[in-house]
This record gives sequence, structure tokens and C-alpha cells, in this order.
Amino acid sequence: MYRKKLVSTLAVAATLGMLLSSCANQAGTGTSSDTAASGSKVNVPALTKIDTPPNAVLPKGDGKATCPATTTLAYAGAETGPNAQLGINIFNGVQLAINEHNAANAGCQVQFKKFDTEGDPSKATGPVTQVTTEASIIGVIGLPFSGESKATGNIFEQSKLVHITPAATNPGLTTNGWTTFFRGLGNDAVQGPAAAKFMTGKLAAKKVYVVQDDSDYGIGLGKTTSDGLGSALAGTDKVTTGQKDFSAVISKIINAKADAVFYSGYYAEGAPFDQQLVGKGFTGTFVGPDGLKDDQFIKQAGDSSNNAYFTCPCIPGELIPSFESAYKSLNNAEPGTYSIEGYDAATVLLSGIDAGKQSRADLLSWVKSYDKDGLSKHYKWDDKGELQAPTVYGYKVENGKIVPVGAIGE
Amino acid sequence: MLTSLLTSMPMDNDWISFDVASLGENFWSATFDGLTFGSIYALVALGYTLVYGVLNLINFAHSEVFIMGCYAVFFTLNGLGFGPNVPHLSLASIVLNLVLALVIAMIASALTAFLVERVAYKPLRKRNAPRLVFLITAIGVSFTIQYTIYAIRGPSPEAAVTMFKPTPIFDVFGTIIDSQQLVIVIAAVIMMVLTERFISKSRTGRGIRAVAQDPDTATLMGVNKERIIIITFVIGGILAGAAALFYVMKIPSGVQYNGGFVLGIKAFAAAVLGGIGNVRGALLGGLLLGLIGNYGQILLGNSQWTDVVAFMVLVLVLLVRPEGILGTSLGRSKA
Repeated sequence: MYRKKLVSTLAVAATLGMLLSSCANQAGTGTSSDTAASGSKVNVPALTKIDTPPNAVLPKGDGKATCPATTTLAYAGAETGPNAQLGINIFNGVQLAINEHNAANAGCQVQFKKFDTEGDPSKATGPVTQVTTEASIIGVIGLPFSGESKATGNIFEQSKLVHITPAATNPGLTTNGWTTFFRGLGNDAVQGPAAAKFMTGKLAAKKVYVVQDDSDYGIGLGKTTSDGLGSALAGTDKVTTGQKDFSAVISKIINAKADAVFYSGYYAEGAPFDQQLVGKGFTGTFVGPDGLKDDQFIKQAGDSSNNAYFTCPCIPGELIPSFESAYKSLNNAEPGTYSIEGYDAATVLLSGIDAGKQSRADLLSWVKSYDKDGLSKHYKWDDKGELQAPTVYGYKVENGKIVPVGAIGE
Repeated sequence: MLTSLLTSMPMDNDWISFDVASLGENFWSATFDGLTFGSIYALVALGYTLVYGVLNLINFAHSEVFIMGCYAVFFTLNGLGFGPNVPHLSLASIVLNLVLALVIAMIASALTAFLVERVAYKPLRKRNAPRLVFLITAIGVSFTIQYTIYAIRGPSPEAAVTMFKPTPIFDVFGTIIDSQQLVIVIAAVIMMVLTERFISKSRTGRGIRAVAQDPDTATLMGVNKERIIIITFVIGGILAGAAALFYVMKIPSGVQYNGGFVLGIKAFAAAVLGGIGNVRGALLGGLLLGLIGNYGQILLGNSQWTDVVAFMVLVLVLLVRPEGILGTSLGRSKA
């Protein structure tokens, strides 16, 4: 009796499914027509090309380098986890640099190892300890996120292992007295004010609501952005990592009549946040930092993401043709956020290996005194490990893609 | 998941502050949103409550029964061409699509619940295992399903499936009630009323209450206990499948391997708050928890405290009424 009912229910369901699939598919094609309706009021045109330094150091070097076969560089950071895509972008960039180096230098084949932290501060100490105990690893690219960087900096420090983060932007990271930590991009003390200026300037926002998550990154950037906004700050609110329902915050934003929202956090929460915000009738602009700037954001927020702008101390690597095509042929994907920063950070270390700096101590002092152009920008660090003269770029969503709109905050 | 809960301790300097003015301004929207999410809690809470009533077992795998429903919704709608963008469909075809997704989600969740019962609990019951063993098995099943999904679908959430764009329907006290809220609350209430009627009026429902009251006597009186247990699990599964559809409707990108964990804990708390084993209690507890969470967020301006507030209310209620607001027994209450 029951089985018969179940079977017939299934059959009905299947038939219905076949009938319906045709009309739903038809509907899926014409969706980008919403762009004009839900896009922001101010239109900032997309950037189509950027200049690269003419004498940029490239991974291939002069092709005459020699090094022991055990020479190893490592990536430590997210390979899996809720925000894994940002990590994947980075190590694909690193992999490209190492491949180019090894192809040009037969006498120096640098090994590459990856260690997964899932981007989680509480899980990062294990893999990082493993990195430092492997004697063949002389330099590290990572860690990408601020929270995990904070949790593991001392482990690197104890073993005097140089590491360049291509993505962690919390300003506090360079105030710990670490001598092995180098930041390959601008920090949030630069990004926050630049974002504030971008919103009140180019985006002409009068009332900005700042929402931050509970990560080191979100809190730090939320504060520098709020401070930068001054009287244009309409209110602030805090959400938690892993939160899915944002209706309470959204009702506050709508009642405050904010015309722009800055979400300081990562895309795992930022995307559903924007989607629910637009679903509740918010018509203003949504701005997020580098933690949101990823195709995953569009994939999860759908056409709600048409109102989104991003700020990022990262350079649009996809506009550098040589890098773009090489990256694409290796990874079968466009370069993402921080791909070129990963590539450049690896290049700094590789050029050191080529110059004969093949121990941890030698490579560390090489990075300390480094003063050359990379593909994305000039690399020279101060004594704390901060880059001198970093740049912040603005980006926006256009036709379901993230495109750069130019340098901001200057 | 537990680790990320631990790392979410407040790290900035500003401590707790109350924003009463904001609560006043946002009171009605917080209420409607809270009731919407609360009815999803309530549907899931019913699954915990029914199984507890019949078996005195906290079925921790119920959150995975729910998440399997979410995946069923995702695969059905994704297969029908729904994606992250708002679909442009006629009302009739949206309704048909949603009903189809609802039915498939209910089947998927009910099947999961049925299998969990057969594989994990029945063998233990046959051997008269102590109650603690059931609890550990429940947790084990929960993790097994979670990480099986992880192994197959990976850690990232699935791409969003947007069903429709919420459109404003009513204006109450200057606050808009949209079609999404209306659909979720009305459908959830209908499902809960049907469940309540089924348990209090039907022959099978009487069987469920009889087993809840006294399994041995019920068996002596001719109730087939094994059959009742299966039916209980399946009803819980069907309700979780409905909750899954409403959850994905509200949060299109919420389908993720561990996406049921926190919701499951909240729903369990809702069941306890209302009185575990009590069908009306689950409804009341779910709605209350949804409201408290939303008021808390607005009052404190910080989600880190909303769960603290919700669970403090839970503890305070249990201090005064250890059996929950409406009392515990499925058998004795009018349920």
C-alpha cells in the first residue's frame, strides 16, 4: 500500500519536473536585463588597461641559476574552507611563478609544497608548525587571512622563516615586533580611508551604514572605514562568522535610510547579506572590501550583486596581458583577487634563491633589503614589514563579472 | 563548527551597549522577520519533539535530515533552471516549481529520517542498549552524514537558487510585509496545524500518543510500536523537508554541508523551551526563539550577543519551569 503510494508520488513528481523544466530554462536566459534597474545611481566606468613597470622582476630570471634539488618554497593558507577561493587564487599565482622559474632554470628546480589552514585561526597553527619543521622549506607565501596570520606569526618568528603575505590586511599584524613577516600589499589603515573616500566621493554616498563581521580583518577594517567616513557614517552593526539571516541588521539599515552599505568581512557572509538586503528593497550601493571581491560573491548573491562595488589593495592582474594568458593556460581560469600578489611574492623569493640566498637566514635578509619593481607594483619594505607606497583599487560588478574602475583614495 | 563558535568571541574593545531607540524604530520589522525565521525553527523543532516524545531520544541527526532536504531543494530547482538570479516566471509556474521542490525535499528528508532510524537506532533498540548509547550514535550519525556531504560536495556553499523576488504585500504600522514572509509563515502554520490534527485526531496519531505515554502497555493494547516509531521519524522528516524549502527560499545560498548544524541546535533549543515532547510547545518555542534572536540583534547591535541572549532566556525559563513553557509530555498533553 505505502510503497504503491510512494511510487505514484515519485512518478507524478518526475512528470511535473519534465513539464516544468522547459519554461524555467527559458526564463533563465533573459536575466541580465535587470542591470539598469537595480544598479547604482552613479556609474563609474570600468578600467581597460593598467601600466606595468618596464623593469619588473620576473620569475624566470637570467636562466643560469643553480640551487640544491631540495630547495623548497611553501604556501600556507586556505585550500579548503568557506573562503577557500581566495587561497586558491593565491597558490595558483605562486604555482605559475614557480613553473616559469623552473622552466627557464634547468639548474635550479624549486619544489613547491602547500599546507592547508582552511583560513581558520584555530586550525592554522598545526600546518604552520609543520612548515617550520621541514628544513628544506626556506621561504613561505602566506598566510592569506589576518586572523590566522596573527595566530601563527610567532611560530614563523621562532624559526626565523621569512613569509610574505599576499592578502592579510589587518594593520595590527606589523606591530608585533616580528622580523620575518612581510606584507605584499597595502593594509587596512590605507584601505579603510580609501574606501570611505571612494564612497563619499566617486559614489556620492551621503549616509553610509558600516556592517562588520567578528574577524580580526572585519573589525580592523570596519573601524578604519568608519573613522574615515566621519559625519557620513549613518550607523554601525556587527554580525558573526557563519551567520545566514541578516534581517534584523537590514531593517535597521533601511530605517536609517542609508544610501550605501559597507560590509567589512568575507564573501561567505557578505554575499547572502547583499542578496537579502536587495530582497528587502534596498536600492543604494553595496560596497565591500577585498574579502568580498571574488566571483563566488556573484555566484552566491546572484543579480543582487549588481549594486556592488569593491575596494582592494590588489592590482587587477587580469589587465596585464602576459600574466593573464599564462595564468589562464595553467589554471584554466582567469586570475582572481591576489593571484598577481601571490605571483609577485613568489618572484621576490625566487629571485633571492637565484642570487644564491639559499638558506632561511640568507633569504630573510634578501627580502629585508629588497628594492625592485614587481609586475604589480614596487616592492620595498620598511623595518616593520609594511610596503612603502601601496595602492588601493576600486572594482565593480558589471554583467556578472568583477571589473576594475581604477585607483581610489588618492 | 564548534571551533568557529569559539573563535567568534568578541575581540574589539567596545563592550555591550543597549540601543533601545533602535528597537522601538525597528520593532515591527524585527517581529515579522523573527516570526518568519521562527516558523522555520518550529518546523524543525517538531522533528526533535516527536522523536523525543516517542523514544525519549534526542535525535541529533535531525539537523542532517533537514540539510538533506536543503540539498534536495537545491538539486531540484537547479535542475529546473533556477540560479542565483531572480527568475522571470509567471506566478503559476513559480508555484508549481516550488510545490515540486517541496514534495521532493519532503521525500528526501523523510527517506533520510527513515534510514537513520533503520540503520542507527533500530539495531540498538533490539539489543536494549542503554540510552546513552543512542545519544552517542545520534551524534555519530550526524557527523557521518555531514562529512559524507563534505566529501562529495566540498566545503563551499552551493550556488544560490533564488525562487522569487519578495514583493511588498501589506503595510502594517509602517512596516512592509513581503510575499516571502507571508508564504513562509502561512505554509508553516498550515503544516503545523495539520501535524497537530493528525496526532490528536487520527488513529495513527493516537498510536503515537499511546507509545509516548507507555510503550509497553501500548504494545499490549495492540499498537504496533515499530510501525509507530517509523511513522514518527517520517513525519519529522516531512516537516524538516518543508522547513528546508522555506530556509532556502529565505537564504538561497544557505545550502552547505554543515548548514544544518546551528539551525538544528536552535530548533532543539526551541523544542526544549516550549516543552520537549509537546507539539504546541515546539511551535511556541520556535516562534519565541526567532523573535528573541531578532530583538537581541537590534537591541545590542551585535550578533555575537543574540545567541547569548536567546540561550539565557532559555536557561531562565527552564529555571522557573524545568519542563518548558507548555510542559513536556506528548502523551498527556492535549497535543
